[in-house]
Amino acid sequence: MGGKWNKSSLIGWQFVALPSALILLFSFYPMIQSFILSFQSGKGSVYSYVGIDNYIRLFSDPMFKQAVLNTLLYLIIQVPIMLFLGLIIAHLLNMPNLRFKGFYRTAIFLPCVTSLVSYAVLFKSIFSLDGIANQMLTSLHIINEPIAWLMDPIWARVVIIAAITWRWTGYNMIFYLSAMQNIDPSIYEAASIDGASKIRQFFTITIPMLKPILLFTAIISTNGTLQLFDEVVNITNGGPGNSTMTISQYIYNLSFQYTPNFGYAATVSYAIVIIVAVLALLQLKVGGEKR
Amino acid sequence: MRKLRMSIVHLFLILASFISLFPFAWMLIGMTNTSSDIVKGKFSFGSQFSENLSKLFDTTSLGAAFVNSTVIAIVGTLATLILSSLAGYGFEVYRSKGKDRLFGLLMLSMMMPFAAIMIPLFRMFSGFGLMNSLAAVILPSITTAFMIFFFMQNTKSFPRELLQAGRVDGLSEFSLFTRIYVPTMQPTYAAAGIITFMSYWNNFLWPLIILQTPDKKTLPLIVSSLASSYNPDYGVIMVAIVITTLPTLVVFFLLQKRFVQGMLGSVK
Repeated sequence: MGGKWNKSSLIGWQFVALPSALILLFSFYPMIQSFILSFQSGKGSVYSYVGIDNYIRLFSDPMFKQAVLNTLLYLIIQVPIMLFLGLIIAHLLNMPNLRFKGFYRTAIFLPCVTSLVSYAVLFKSIFSLDGIANQMLTSLHIINEPIAWLMDPIWARVVIIAAITWRWTGYNMIFYLSAMQNIDPSIYEAASIDGASKIRQFFTITIPMLKPILLFTAIISTNGTLQLFDEVVNITNGGPGNSTMTISQYIYNLSFQYTPNFGYAATVSYAIVIIVAVLALLQLKVGGEKR
Repeated sequence: MRKLRMSIVHLFLILASFISLFPFAWMLIGMTNTSSDIVKGKFSFGSQFSENLSKLFDTTSLGAAFVNSTVIAIVGTLATLILSSLAGYGFEVYRSKGKDRLFGLLMLSMMMPFAAIMIPLFRMFSGFGLMNSLAAVILPSITTAFMIFFFMQNTKSFPRELLQAGRVDGLSEFSLFTRIYVPTMQPTYAAAGIITFMSYWNNFLWPLIILQTPDKKTLPLIVSSLASSYNPDYGVIMVAIVITTLPTLVVFFLLQKRFVQGMLGSVK
């Protein structure tokens, strides 16, 4: 029996060996290389160890601080707005006697099929100074005069947050909708008989039942936002004056735009690794505790 | 009261749908207008389409980019599906302590930000002499922990009796995979294929680094470089965006159910 088990296990290893080796080679090996590189400095192929100099430099680097601040700002503002919107829309689409459900669902999901670069450029053209967004908002009397969206540090961030929310709300909505459809309707019936209002039911039944999926979407959105690159590069290219630059873009600039400094860029990249790990642990802890 | 509430719900959903669909209308209308009309916010069809189209083909190597994007997406997707399903199947059907540990380790790669590994990857591939090759675009994501996880999750509901029956019929362990598992799991392959295709087709950061000669660019790189020029021609850009978006849009409408299933599949 033991021999047979070993044989079967050996066959299993043949299935997993190559794919696992590829992940080790293209993810883990570079991760270790990056770590080693973060203690080095130099140009071209000549590198020398500089100890923790790169890490010390991080703390006095205003661009790094700005990039971290921007990234966290996107995270704190954009992710909650998007998840809440997705939840509300899913809740409305889950109403049993709602008409045109299929149309709404498809329309709101459709932004997910666009490439990040394409929609970013679309938003850039929509929010140009004399553009369609300004025209619509002035004709609706929401604003009195055109806003210089992409020239202003605050409005440029607003446009980026709006763009990301446009692209991903439908994606999150689909997860919530599918989880809501798995909730037993008799729970709501019982609550209605007990006199609980619809809004109360939403907060006391729907949200607690969706906790695992809320946690899942919060983690993937956080991970995505911390790696934000395509949108910012194509809408504002980090401007005006680095006010929208993200950590990923700063790493890219350090490596391929400014005088290449792979060592310091690797140090900055480990900052994201640490932030990702800390936030994931935090979310798991918060999400796990309230169960 | 009930009627009023329903009207508010519809109003909200119509507004959300309008905002969601507006950029699609914007790109379709935009590709028929001049750049200055687009920047001025003209929202009606014009007559510039053929000029924009020919300008796009004259000023960029769009044909080559379309071919590159297609080759990367199709070859990449096929390779990813084969490798990831082999591993997902192996990890689930031949479970052992060692394999579970390895799987747990591989899962950690999902937490690694791409920006943290791109510099060593860039040095690795220029060391291999693979700069400006389509293979270099595909290789780093040829197997992902996420896809292995996806196949492993879906294999949990695969009927094992089929494997036992196949063994009785004298099939080798590998033919059990190719002759029984693969045909039975077609819906899973379709769903996984769609999300993988999308991620290759839309990939930007890595191709931006590794593809630097004009004839090797992909569609997102063309769109991005057109838009970041000093004086961008938005009419031309809109045509490029429509060409980039159309294939994924078609895939979405043809396989809508599988598409959504693919996104949800990971959390079953």
